[in-house]
Amino acid sequence: MLAESLFFSAVLFVIGVVGVLTRRNAIIIFMCVELMLNAVNLAFIAFAQVHGIAGQVFVFFVMTVAAAEAAVGLAIIIALFRHKQTVNLDNINLLKG
Amino acid sequence: MLLPLAQESHAAAAAGGGAMEWLWLVPLLPLLGFVVNGLLSLTSAVTLGPSDPSAAHGAGHGTGHEAAAHSDHPPSGGAHGDDHHPVARHRWAGLVSFVGPAVLLLSFLLSVAIWLQYRASGAHDPFVQRYFTWMLTGTLGIEAALMIDQLSLIMLLVVTGVGTLIHVFSVGYMRDDPGYPRYFAYLNLFVFFMLLLVLGANYPLLFVGWEGVGLCSYLLIGFWFSEKANADAGKKAFIVNRIGDFGFLVAMFLLFANYGSLDFQVLEASVGSQAVLGGALVTTICLFLFLGCTGKSAQIPLYTWLPDAMAGPTPVSALIHAATMVTAGVYLIARSHFLFALAPVASLTVVVIGALTAVFAATIGLKQWDIKKVLAYSTVSQLGYMFVGVGAGAYTAGVFHLVTHAFFKALLFLGSGSVIFAMHRAYHATHSHEDAQDMRNMGGLRKYMPWTWALMWIATLAIAGVPPFAGFFSKDEILASVFMRAQESTLADARWLGIPGDIVLYSCYVLGLAAALMTAIYMTRMMIYTFHGPNRTGETERSHLAEAPWVMTAPLVVLGVASAVGGWLNLPKFLPLGPTETLHHWLEPVNGGSALDITKGSEPALAHSVEYTMVGAAVAIAIFGILFAWRRLRPERLVPKAEARPEEGFERVLANKYYVDELYDRTVVRPTYATSRNLLWRGIDVGLIDGLMVNGSAWVARGAGWLGSALQTGRTGTYAWVLVLGVLAVVGAVTLR
Amino acid sequence: MPQGDLPLFYTFHFYLFGIIAVVSALLFVTRRSPVAAALWLVNTMFCLAALYVLLDAHFIGAIQVLVYAGAIMVVFLFVIMLLNLGHPSEVADQRGLGWKVTAGFVGLALLAEIFTLTRVRIPDRLALPPGTMADEVARGGAIAPLARSLFTEHLLAFELTSILLLTAIVGAVVLARRNSDAG
Repeated sequence: MLAESLFFSAVLFVIGVVGVLTRRNAIIIFMCVELMLNAVNLAFIAFAQVHGIAGQVFVFFVMTVAAAEAAVGLAIIIALFRHKQTVNLDNINLLKG
Repeated sequence: MLLPLAQESHAAAAAGGGAMEWLWLVPLLPLLGFVVNGLLSLTSAVTLGPSDPSAAHGAGHGTGHEAAAHSDHPPSGGAHGDDHHPVARHRWAGLVSFVGPAVLLLSFLLSVAIWLQYRASGAHDPFVQRYFTWMLTGTLGIEAALMIDQLSLIMLLVVTGVGTLIHVFSVGYMRDDPGYPRYFAYLNLFVFFMLLLVLGANYPLLFVGWEGVGLCSYLLIGFWFSEKANADAGKKAFIVNRIGDFGFLVAMFLLFANYGSLDFQVLEASVGSQAVLGGALVTTICLFLFLGCTGKSAQIPLYTWLPDAMAGPTPVSALIHAATMVTAGVYLIARSHFLFALAPVASLTVVVIGALTAVFAATIGLKQWDIKKVLAYSTVSQLGYMFVGVGAGAYTAGVFHLVTHAFFKALLFLGSGSVIFAMHRAYHATHSHEDAQDMRNMGGLRKYMPWTWALMWIATLAIAGVPPFAGFFSKDEILASVFMRAQESTLADARWLGIPGDIVLYSCYVLGLAAALMTAIYMTRMMIYTFHGPNRTGETERSHLAEAPWVMTAPLVVLGVASAVGGWLNLPKFLPLGPTETLHHWLEPVNGGSALDITKGSEPALAHSVEYTMVGAAVAIAIFGILFAWRRLRPERLVPKAEARPEEGFERVLANKYYVDELYDRTVVRPTYATSRNLLWRGIDVGLIDGLMVNGSAWVARGAGWLGSALQTGRTGTYAWVLVLGVLAVVGAVTLR
Repeated sequence: MPQGDLPLFYTFHFYLFGIIAVVSALLFVTRRSPVAAALWLVNTMFCLAALYVLLDAHFIGAIQVLVYAGAIMVVFLFVIMLLNLGHPSEVADQRGLGWKVTAGFVGLALLAEIFTLTRVRIPDRLALPPGTMADEVARGGAIAPLARSLFTEHLLAFELTSILLLTAIVGAVVLARRNSDAG
């Protein structure tokens, strides 16, 4: 099952990448990043069958970090929305020179 | 002070101290003169004078190629300056008049002392004084060293002796020129370099002198540089010379690359042992050396600068372009005898070009009207003779002619200087602007300048080859040598461009006779038009014509005596009017070996009857030429230059020097200009370097900056793209590995 | 679930959930409405949880549903509702066709590269015998093996993660606070 799992993992990851590249809505992009993290989790779990429990431990931590990141990231988006009334990333360009 | 590091001679140093130890002083004295006179010339001088263009007479300049030789006009008589030509005598002229010739005289006396000592010691080996190591890089070691041997002694005496006389002459000729100290400074500097050339113990030192005399020639030809034509003539001399110098340099490179040294003594030994007779390497080296000689000694194809060099003051023409600098090429070949003896094809080339040049220049001289131009082409022609001599391996004959030519050609030039001086004085007195150098404006000067007339006739007879004057002996020696080598020598055995060597040599002998005939004709023509017949100078000027001052005529007398008795330096065996073959025996330790190599081991000799016939033929030709010119030419039919009608037909071709300058202009000068302007300047400099490299690199930097700025948009979307693309690249790299 | 018992059942469900996950992900990426997209992502996560279970990571599967689908996605939806972004936006939310095509190519390239990398065979001496995980689960239950490793080998990471969570909580509160007095 390792090969198939990796296949699915890769496909999901690439779908996440394409989503990041294609969308402009900040929240959607964030969710694509979550998708990528999930794909990676799948790969870890698949490898856990072959390499031992460490794979699952890793997934554990990935999830924890994803949760923290989601919290903070969404807080940032809320703060951003308060200022610019939009979550369209193209309009968030204060760093533009 | 330069103290010699080491002295080498063998028996010569056994003569102990004495004059030879002071060898280094010989070139240093003129250098000292240069410094003193140069410093004096930097002090303020009167700026008006003949160098002022408005004061110059309006001589036509024609095309740019033909530099006006009419700019050689000495100022009018000293203290009687009128309103238009204020007295322009330099403040320090008195001191310069002493220093300039004095250093030369001292050098000459020292040279005589050295010569006497060397002769007394009876040494056969050269005496070398090393001063310091000039260059020591890798395998190349060049010493600053001066060498005395029989050949360099002859050159030394000629240069310092004739040089002294010309310096004295210049004191009178240039007395009112505002550039007086500068003139003597340059003249002294020239002698310094010429002495370096003659005394140098290796090729690089010779080359330093070679280049130096070229530089001084440029400075002196363009002495009155405020007139563009003179400056152009100077430039032309230098640039044409440079082409020859390239040949010399290549020869030196080849010598060093193959034999590892550039010292004369070392090379003579190593070339003698290693090189192959007729080998391609030796032939190439000799041909490149000869290219240098064609430049410096005005042979075909690089002779065009010499006639234009007449734009300089006449004593300069006498010293540089008759007696010394132009003979440097002959000296070089005599010095490189060990190379030429091994390269018959190169030697034949030298002979052929020398003979062709002799005839070619003589034909042009037949139709020149400027007195100095006639002498210039005569010089080119006589140099051709010298090359015929040294090219055929008859080193004695070539050097002998070098010496006698120095005497009578210097005499001719200085004599013409006296004539021009007198003409100028006359024209300045009447404020006329006629050409003082054109023979059509002269005529019948015998009455006014008897000394000059007599002395110049001596020189004319000498150059024509009339016995017992010097030129007869030297010219006959050359012709006889060529004939003998046509019969039996390595040259006769070789083939030149497929033609058998003996045929080539016989042809050159015939060409030599033809040139002798023409020499007699044009020299007599010159004398007739200048000194005989009715005077065409003009009624008012005539009363001002007079002999030049004694300071100028005295050197002429000395040279006249030398031209008369100079032949006794090397009397041929069949004319034992005194000790025979003195010069030949003197030069034997230097050149004898190579000369014998060329004649295949045996002293060449002809039956006395053949000798007498040849001599008789040569003399007959000379006398026939003189008489032919005397009878045929009608000086009465000449008109002054201003009224003369232009030449037509073949005469025009001759008068325009076969349009060689125009040919060079078309084929060499203009393409060079065009290439320089279009390719090198517009194409490479402006387009490639300025445009592509300088502006282009700026453009690239801006573009790179623009690209960089395109990546830093401040927008997250862009960053996401860049990130993904980066991942793609990195993972791709890992994958592909 | 040990594969050995019912291989066909196992394989069929593996592929089933896998394909549904991929399809859900595709749908997620292409929805215009953020809410719809979020829900499709939730579906993807459910399928992934099922896959985890099939891969003998029962506990992780449960945690996936609880934490990922149940907490994180809920927070996402919460924020979407809070900011009233639920409707399909008027301004174009997706980039133009050219960008999409390029992104597609980039994605395919990345996919190809990853596939090449996954072709690597794991040496036998490094690989555990198949069925090891299932045995562990059968012996100790779903949680015990994980907990054992977590609290012994990875204790430090565990503690650090707790600090990380604390930081995240504080940070989120601070960032999202309406600071009317600070301006």
